[in-house]
Amino acid sequence: MTAGRGSDADVAAHADRAARTAGSAPIAVAADALALSYGGAVVLEHVGFSLHAGSSLAVLGPNGGGKTTLLRALTGELAPLRGSVAVDGRPAYLAQSERTRLDFPVSALDVALMGALGNGRWWLPARRSDRTAAQAALDRVGLAERANVRFGELSGGQRQRVLLARALVQDASVLLLDEPLAGVDPASAERIGRLFDELRAEGRTLLVSTHDVESARSFDAVLCVNRRQIAFGEPASTLTRDVLERTYGDEIVVIDGDGEGPLRAVTVQHHHH
Amino acid sequence: MDLLEPLQSGIERRALIEVALLGAVCGALGTWVLTFRLAYSAESLAHGLLPGLVIAALAGLPLLLGGVAGVAAAALTIGVAGRDARIGSDTATAVAVTGLLGLGGLLALAPETPARLEELLFGDPLGVTDRDLAAAAALALLGGAALAALHRPLSAVALDVVGARSLGIRPTAVRLALLALLAAALAVAVQGLGALLVLAVLVAPAVAVRRHASSPGRAMVAAGATAVAAGAVGVYASHLLGTAAGASVALALCLAAAVGATLPPRAAPATS
Repeated sequence: MTAGRGSDADVAAHADRAARTAGSAPIAVAADALALSYGGAVVLEHVGFSLHAGSSLAVLGPNGGGKTTLLRALTGELAPLRGSVAVDGRPAYLAQSERTRLDFPVSALDVALMGALGNGRWWLPARRSDRTAAQAALDRVGLAERANVRFGELSGGQRQRVLLARALVQDASVLLLDEPLAGVDPASAERIGRLFDELRAEGRTLLVSTHDVESARSFDAVLCVNRRQIAFGEPASTLTRDVLERTYGDEIVVIDGDGEGPLRAVTVQHHHH
Repeated sequence: MDLLEPLQSGIERRALIEVALLGAVCGALGTWVLTFRLAYSAESLAHGLLPGLVIAALAGLPLLLGGVAGVAAAALTIGVAGRDARIGSDTATAVAVTGLLGLGGLLALAPETPARLEELLFGDPLGVTDRDLAAAAALALLGGAALAALHRPLSAVALDVVGARSLGIRPTAVRLALLALLAAALAVAVQGLGALLVLAVLVAPAVAVRRHASSPGRAMVAAGATAVAAGAVGVYASHLLGTAAGASVALALCLAAAVGATLPPRAAPATS
C-alpha cells in the first residue's frame, strides 16, 4: 500500500468518526412506536430508537424480555404489529450458534461461503472469487487453519467467529447478533470484541443482544427491554439502578451502587427446565 | 453362475435400469428428506396416494397420472387434517392416511374390477413399461438438475433458518421446492416399487450414509450410489431366489440402511 493511499484512508476514517460524533452519519437502523407479536399476545412494545451508521447498540433484557424478537423484526422476518422499523440494506443475522444445526455436515469454509448467497445467483455453484472471499474472511476472524473443520465440531466461540465471517462475505452494513458472547471462551470473546471495533470503524452498524451489563458499557448506546422499552441512550447515563431494576426485576444483583464511579451490576439468570 | 445372466432377459434388464434411475435420484433426494425431517411426511404421501393409483388402474389411465393426482389429493387431505390443532397434526395425519389407504383398498377390492392391488401396494420392477422407464429417466434428469440448483439454498436453510433468510433466501420457498420434488419422486417411483415400499428408496440410502458423509454433496452421491447398488442386489436376489422383485429391492435397501447405521463413523477429528 502506498503512503498516499494510506493517509487518504486515515483521513476518511477520521472524517467518518468525526461525522459520527457530530451525529451527522446517516441513520442505519430506526424503530418507531414498534409493537411485536407472534400472532398471539404482544411480546414487545413501545420501542423507539435510532442508530447512526458505524455505531453499536447493546440490547439488554431478561430471558423472554423480547431481545431476540426485536432482532427478528429487524431482519424483516416478523412484521410489526404496530409502528415501524427501518434498516439500511439487508442486515446479517447471527444466531446463537447452539441454535444452528450442529449435526449438519458442513465445514467452516462452507458456512462462510454461504455469505455469498447474498449476491443472488443462488442456483449456481459458488464462484472462485466467492471462495477467495470466504477464505479471507475466515483468515480475518483467525480461523484460516480451521477452514475444513466441521462447523459443529468447533467451540462455541469459534462457531460465532465463523458466523461473523459469513456476515463479512455477505458484506452487510448492519449486523444483528443474538448473544454472541454467551458461553464463549475468553480468547474468542476478546477476538470478537476487537472485530466489533474494526467493523464499526468500517462504518458497519452492530446490534448485539447480551445478558452482560458490564460489557454493554463499551457500546455506543444501550437499549433496555422487558416486554417494552425501558430505556435507550448512552450507557453511562442510561444504566442506572432504577433502569436496571425495571429491566431485570429480581434477576439483577447490584454489586456497587454507592454513587461513586459507575454502577456495577450482574444479572442472575433463572433457568427454567 | 453367470452374473450377467439376468441381463440377457429384457425384463430383468429393464428392472435393473428402473431401480438404478430411481435409486440415483431418490437416494440423493433422501439425504434432504432426512435433513429436513420429512420422512414421516414422505411416508404419509406415499401411502395416501393409493386411491389415485387405483382409480387410474381401474380407468385404464397411465399410472403416472394416477400417482401425480394421488400425491396432490393426499397432500391436500393431510394438509387440511393436520391443521386441526385440537387433535395434533401427527395424529390427524395418521388417521387421514389410514383413511386414504382404506379407500384405495375398497376401490381395488371391488368384486367386479380386475384388482392389481398387490402390484400397486408392493411394486413390480419386473413389470415396468417403456413409459415407466421414460418417466424414471426424466425424473433422474430433472430431479438431479433441481437438486444441483437448490444445493446452496438447501444447505443454508438446513444450517440456520433465520440466517438464511437474512441472506435473501426464502426458507418457505426452499421447503416447498423440496416438497414438490419429493411429491414428483413419489409419483414416479411408486410405479416400480409400490405405495408401501417406495419409501425404502427415498429414506433407507440416506440413513445408510448419514453418519459417514463429510459434506451434504458427498452424502447425496454416496446415498445415490448405495441405492443403485442395493437396488441391483435386490433384483439379482429376486432372480436367484425367486422372490418378489419389489419386496427384494426394498429389503436390500433397508439392509443397507441397517448396516450403514450400525457401522462406526470414520474417525472424526477430536472435538475440543
